[in-house]
Amino acid sequence: MTYKVFGKKDWAETLKAVRASYRVFVPVREGDFHNFRPLEDETIPNFDFFNTRLSPKSIVYPQSERMFECLTDPESPEKGVLKESAKDYTLQAIVGVRPCDAQAFQIVKRNFDNPEYSDPWWVRRFESTILIGLGCNAPCPTCFCSSVGGGPFDEGRLDVLLYDLGDKYAARGLTERGGEFISKLQGGNPADGKVMKEASALAAAANEKITSRLPSDKLGQKSVTALFNAPFWEEAAFSCINCGTCTFLCPTCWCFDIQDEVCGKQVDRIRNWDTCMSSLFTLEGSGHNPREKKFQRVRQRFMHKLKYYPDKFKNGVQCSGCGRCVRYCPVNIDIRQVAGLMNECEEK
Amino acid sequence: MMQEYTGKIREAAKRLLKDGKVDVFIGYRKGTVPMMNEPVSISDPEKAGLLHWDSSCGLNLCNYLTKRTDRIGIIANGCNSRNIVTHIIENQVKREQLYILGIPCTGMIDPRAVKRAVKFREIHDVAERDGRFTVKGEGFEETFEKKDFLQKNCATCLHRNPVIYDELAGALAPEQEGLDTFRDVKKIEAMGSDDKWGFFNRLISSCIRCYACRNACPLCYCSTCFVDEAQPQWVGKSTDPTDTMTFHILRAFHCAGRCTDCGACERACPMGINVRQFTKKLNKDALELFAWEAGLNEGQRPPMDVYKTDDYNDFIK
Amino acid sequence: MRNPYLPYPVRIDEIITETEDKNLKTFKFVFMNPEDEKGFSYTPGQFAELSIAGKGEIPIGIASSPTEKGFVKFTVNKVGAVTGHLHYMSAGDTMGIRGPLGNWYPWEEMEGKNVVIIGGGFAFTTLRSSIIYMLHPDNRPRFRDITVVYGARTPGMLLYKDELAAWEKRDDIKMHITVDGTSDPEWKYNIGFVPAVTEKKITSAENAIAIVCGPPVMIRFTQPVLEKLGFPPERIILSLEMRMKCGIGKCGRCNIGEKYVCKDGPVFSLAQLKQLPPEY
Repeated sequence: MTYKVFGKKDWAETLKAVRASYRVFVPVREGDFHNFRPLEDETIPNFDFFNTRLSPKSIVYPQSERMFECLTDPESPEKGVLKESAKDYTLQAIVGVRPCDAQAFQIVKRNFDNPEYSDPWWVRRFESTILIGLGCNAPCPTCFCSSVGGGPFDEGRLDVLLYDLGDKYAARGLTERGGEFISKLQGGNPADGKVMKEASALAAAANEKITSRLPSDKLGQKSVTALFNAPFWEEAAFSCINCGTCTFLCPTCWCFDIQDEVCGKQVDRIRNWDTCMSSLFTLEGSGHNPREKKFQRVRQRFMHKLKYYPDKFKNGVQCSGCGRCVRYCPVNIDIRQVAGLMNECEEK
Repeated sequence: MMQEYTGKIREAAKRLLKDGKVDVFIGYRKGTVPMMNEPVSISDPEKAGLLHWDSSCGLNLCNYLTKRTDRIGIIANGCNSRNIVTHIIENQVKREQLYILGIPCTGMIDPRAVKRAVKFREIHDVAERDGRFTVKGEGFEETFEKKDFLQKNCATCLHRNPVIYDELAGALAPEQEGLDTFRDVKKIEAMGSDDKWGFFNRLISSCIRCYACRNACPLCYCSTCFVDEAQPQWVGKSTDPTDTMTFHILRAFHCAGRCTDCGACERACPMGINVRQFTKKLNKDALELFAWEAGLNEGQRPPMDVYKTDDYNDFIK
Repeated sequence: MRNPYLPYPVRIDEIITETEDKNLKTFKFVFMNPEDEKGFSYTPGQFAELSIAGKGEIPIGIASSPTEKGFVKFTVNKVGAVTGHLHYMSAGDTMGIRGPLGNWYPWEEMEGKNVVIIGGGFAFTTLRSSIIYMLHPDNRPRFRDITVVYGARTPGMLLYKDELAAWEKRDDIKMHITVDGTSDPEWKYNIGFVPAVTEKKITSAENAIAIVCGPPVMIRFTQPVLEKLGFPPERIILSLEMRMKCGIGKCGRCNIGEKYVCKDGPVFSLAQLKQLPPEY
């Protein structure tokens, strides 16, 4: 597979030149943190980051997306008949995506693309997205990717893996599309044995640096009933303020809401990210709410991620260990702690 | 001074629970990440050792006081105690339900300012001591003066001492004086219309409608918030900038004359938005128009609540 | 492949007010594109999302039977924004329906069995679909005895009154209609709650399967009656309701444990429900 080395000095220009073939997304510094943004002429990419504040999930799955539209003109025979909104599925490349966020796409894909139903927009946009991953030389104390099936240099479903070697990047193609991307980049030299060895050593060292883990090895054997009725939920959920921080920052959360909005004579059917933390989430028209109490909603989040999802798809937990929820939860509810409580919970 | 409170809080909590004076005691426990603490509620006196206090107790505990009938022991510094008074005035909790351990507070550390100061290198630990704090990370260790890193609302705080309490955790702290509390508001007031509009649009441009600010705010206890109403629907739920601005401006107005500038909203926001820019202006207005600061006195009703014959507005006559 | 979020355009052909409080109306829809009717081929027990552009969508059980050609019927309770708007629409208006969604009653398992149908209030809609389906000459021989217990608060709150009366006269189906109470001296059917009438009229669980549809309180009191009769949890079938949006198992809202009520349900056996967390 293609394996080339590119100097960091010209990296931004190298990426800008390849925009003829791809819509390129790069991490950009915005105030105190980084986010992925489209690479325009004036954009200054900034790869000096641990991870972006918001995950790149919005590049495949925008927070607000128009699904359908129609006019409400009473004269028109098409009044009230919804038509699909135009979509843009231009080939896009996310450069600098961390392996945890790349793994997250796979986790979400299992829900959005299965034999019974396929979400047309998510699937098509994901298929037109190439992931140029950047391995983590210095994992954070809140990173626990290796205990959920990933790792700081995990190749997972990346198309290219970049190794940060100080003054240069080694770019290793992992798929055909990845190799094609590298071959379209100008400049760069084939990686020699020395570079390859340096890169492997970097990956090995990074694996050793992960200090945090999510205890979940015993969850498979525990019954749903025992976990659901465990006595620790009310206490664990006390501090939760039921905002959407964890769910919106999380790369593996996918729940959405469908809203119709009318502006003048135009109707838009929009889908927005939604959060199971909200008290409205399961509120029925009759007024009945299966998750009326806060602890029921907090329990739902952890049960879904650590028990329902693995039981359903038999392919690991619904978490990629990025640590965003741990770092940014306003009240410091820590999934690693809750998982530990669940993992040690007694079977009654 | 702040560290000594931990011992006092633990002792008081244990005593109150053991003596059956309260059903639960609400405080903080030490967080799992630097500069974070988790609000906690204990009912077992033996768990009092969990309680902790330091300069990272920025989330307002009064959030957890509404719609309850039990007896609650709670720690409260200046701003939080004023929120308790507001809750009492607004009938969200009864004075008799509460046992308040007052905390004379010297302010919270702003985690964002600290992260900027260490140039965003990964912080592993922050330890406080005698008005200073030491930040340790991967290959670095730096010590700073707490007074240089106060949360923005703490830097301009005029009410550090609790205004209502049953017991004090320590000697009253000297109040700050000679501060231009509304300097940032005056700067915006001086802007032209277009500049103001541009300023506020940029301010909320990264808002993701997570409602962490609203949910962290003790004043926002409505069972159905106006943004969640469906019949009729007042505000759209997408990231549309007009809907987002509507949320922030209306919420600020719903907090007009009630906000104690506790800073929980800014601390909670995952996108680092300075949401206090909305409420601070209204706090300034309340002070200038009605000589009013929220939550200082249980016996005084707020200006939006009261009609006086010498009201300065002519239209009311 | 057809976009599963896109509704089929339909026209309202007829609206009938079913109940005396006018809160329940039956809507008869005709597909604006005739070939869509084939795409919408459904089985009794399934539901569809009724879509009104500008208002939203609501998941409603299909009340018509697939044996009734040329139209689909839904009986809708006026509860909120979408249903409120729907109730003020007229014949000739256009809107959309999306589906059919969800699973259906276990028709294969029901072959050769006695079928006991127990319905309460306005949850009777998919049961109407099931009864008409079973009574169709092509299908009737597949099932043994059909017994129906159906109750509402008052006579005026019963759905499909004309059809109930017609079924009552047939000899290939046994009807036990009941109301909670009435002051009508002409009332010739039962008076009593559905669980009580079930206890009186259903005498055997022998080779029988029970389908129960109704408000949670009715289900809670009917379940022990059936269990006492000897119905095992595999042969007590329930249809659940949950708040739904996408209806196709994507938006994550309607899960009970690892199951989505919109995709793995809404029909579940009691045996299946006992393995799921009681969060519905």
